[in-house]
Amino acid sequence: MITVEHLTKMYGNFTAVSDLSFEINEGHVYGFLGPNGAGKTTTMNIMTGCLSATDGTVKIDGHDIFEEPDQAKKLIGYLPEQPPLYLNETPAEYLRFVGEAKGLKGAELKKQIEDVMEQTKITEMRNRRISALSKGYKQRVGIAQALLGNPKVIILDEPTVGLDPIQIIEIRDLIRELGQNHTVIFSSHILSEVQTICDEIMIIAHGKLIAFDEPEKLTNQLLAPNEITITADADKETVGSILAGIGNITELTYSEKESGEYTTAHIKTDLDNIYDMSRAVFSAFAKKDTVLLEMTLKQANLEDVFIELTEEADGNAPEKRDAEKTDGETDKKDEALTAETGEGLNAVQEPVEEKPAEKSEESEATGE
Amino acid sequence: MTAILKHELRSYFHSFTAYFFGAFLLAITGIGSMIYNINQAVSNFEYVLGFGCIVLVLIVPILTMRTIAEEKKQKTDQLLYALPVTTTDVVVGKYLALLVVFLIPLLIVCAYPLIFAQYGDVYLPTSYGSLFAFFMMGAALIAVGVFISSLTENQGFAAGIGVAVVLFNYYSVTISEYVSSTALGSAIVLCVVAALIAFLINYLTKNENLAYGIGLALLAIITATYLYDSSAYEGLVPKIMTELSLFERFYVFVDGVFDLTAIVYYITVIIFFLFLSVQSLEKRRYN
Repeated sequence: MITVEHLTKMYGNFTAVSDLSFEINEGHVYGFLGPNGAGKTTTMNIMTGCLSATDGTVKIDGHDIFEEPDQAKKLIGYLPEQPPLYLNETPAEYLRFVGEAKGLKGAELKKQIEDVMEQTKITEMRNRRISALSKGYKQRVGIAQALLGNPKVIILDEPTVGLDPIQIIEIRDLIRELGQNHTVIFSSHILSEVQTICDEIMIIAHGKLIAFDEPEKLTNQLLAPNEITITADADKETVGSILAGIGNITELTYSEKESGEYTTAHIKTDLDNIYDMSRAVFSAFAKKDTVLLEMTLKQANLEDVFIELTEEADGNAPEKRDAEKTDGETDKKDEALTAETGEGLNAVQEPVEEKPAEKSEESEATGE
Repeated sequence: MTAILKHELRSYFHSFTAYFFGAFLLAITGIGSMIYNINQAVSNFEYVLGFGCIVLVLIVPILTMRTIAEEKKQKTDQLLYALPVTTTDVVVGKYLALLVVFLIPLLIVCAYPLIFAQYGDVYLPTSYGSLFAFFMMGAALIAVGVFISSLTENQGFAAGIGVAVVLFNYYSVTISEYVSSTALGSAIVLCVVAALIAFLINYLTKNENLAYGIGLALLAIITATYLYDSSAYEGLVPKIMTELSLFERFYVFVDGVFDLTAIVYYITVIIFFLFLSVQSLEKRRYN
């Protein structure tokens, strides 16, 4: 459906997108994830023909966006980050213009306008001025505009930014609905959102594609639980001496409970199977007849994957990552991701600790 | 292109712009007709247009200021880029809409000579000839205005620069009389113009090498030709200013001559500035 090959965009000396390659198949919802300034908008602008590329090609259903813009653009509906609305028009007038510009005429135009207004639930707002509409409705008008002409691909750039929690949920439902009949690509820097709606996730940082997979797989492959938290009915020394007898512990930190009666330890391991570690811990404590009050495996979530991947791309990413990631073959990518899991995790333990504040801010913003 | 044209027309007639523009144009031609044709009983309608053309200095930039600047400001230009229409479609569609807005009051004015002809001898060919030239001159000014609007996202700025440019064009003949007509003076003025062109190229293309290249090449040509034959530069700048004046060419029509070269000149100006506007829009895609 969409083939992006070796896409590069330079702004003067600044590289916004660097040798980006991926392929998008028909009929899924794709999430385009990355921190602000990662190159999401630039990539989307290039894919929709709003921006030129310094190098590389974008093909929509075989039509090159630069060579045959007319055919290619007819296959795409695009909602930029800021909905491109003529504020002193009504949604009906606005949609009529967009429909006409997309080559629709007469009865077909009228029917499609009614359909998209129905679909985005703006029918009752049709004769109000767009400037008087709420942000959520403006966003809907923007999406309605993208749907006109029944394009195969719908590209939405941060469609939920600046909306209130209820509006966000409504827009997400709409995106999910659209995914049934269209290929939807939408960008976001909010992870939970992408996790819930998308069939596949692309993570981009510093203009490079650093992961492309299903959300579950990304979570499983990249953050197989490698950390156990235990709370034991003993003091720190006892716990320490018991744990000293176990191999494969890469990192051990303690946090003492208020009274000092219990000790909580965070154990990290390089074992592939985390259960081997829990087994060893359990039997070691059992042998010493010390009670384990609690044992939890750290559950990975996409946020960790995201932070880890994007921070890795920040600087200490191994060279081979770039080479392997950009060759565009999905199965190879899977291998690469699994291969990197181990080293990736160890490399970025510390930065992960610094992040909770930011994370909670983000989840508050989404109302989740 | 028709979609753009229809959309633009709708927006002009939904807002005050078209009415304001039309009313102003009709008011000034009305006053002109009253002074010349009624009070002074002159039978030449073209004098009215000669009198009224100064109003274009003000109303054309106000008409054209929002054309492209507003799209940039509201970020609706992204929509235009994403739609399956070419940049040329966009510029030409917008331009044609402006021409329609300009043409409607002129069609009303077209009735004036016929009305006056009922009460006396009006020489209709010169009246309508100069009306046509008036339209062509307005069309050329509108093309300039569209280009200026494409340079900025600030409407006020577009209007201000537009008025300044058109006013300069209006008075260029008068000013040219004060400009040094010596060979050296002309050469210096041309050097300044070359520098301005280089600056404009730099602004439009963000390509310093190209701008420096063209600027220096122009300076070199001017210097070389000046050294080779300085007499060619005598009175050159006043001559160029007269030649470039859109208004000066219109006065030829007012004097009762249908000057085909002027029409060709107007068409050239229109195409040139529309071409520049397309490039200016394209540039945003290639920034």
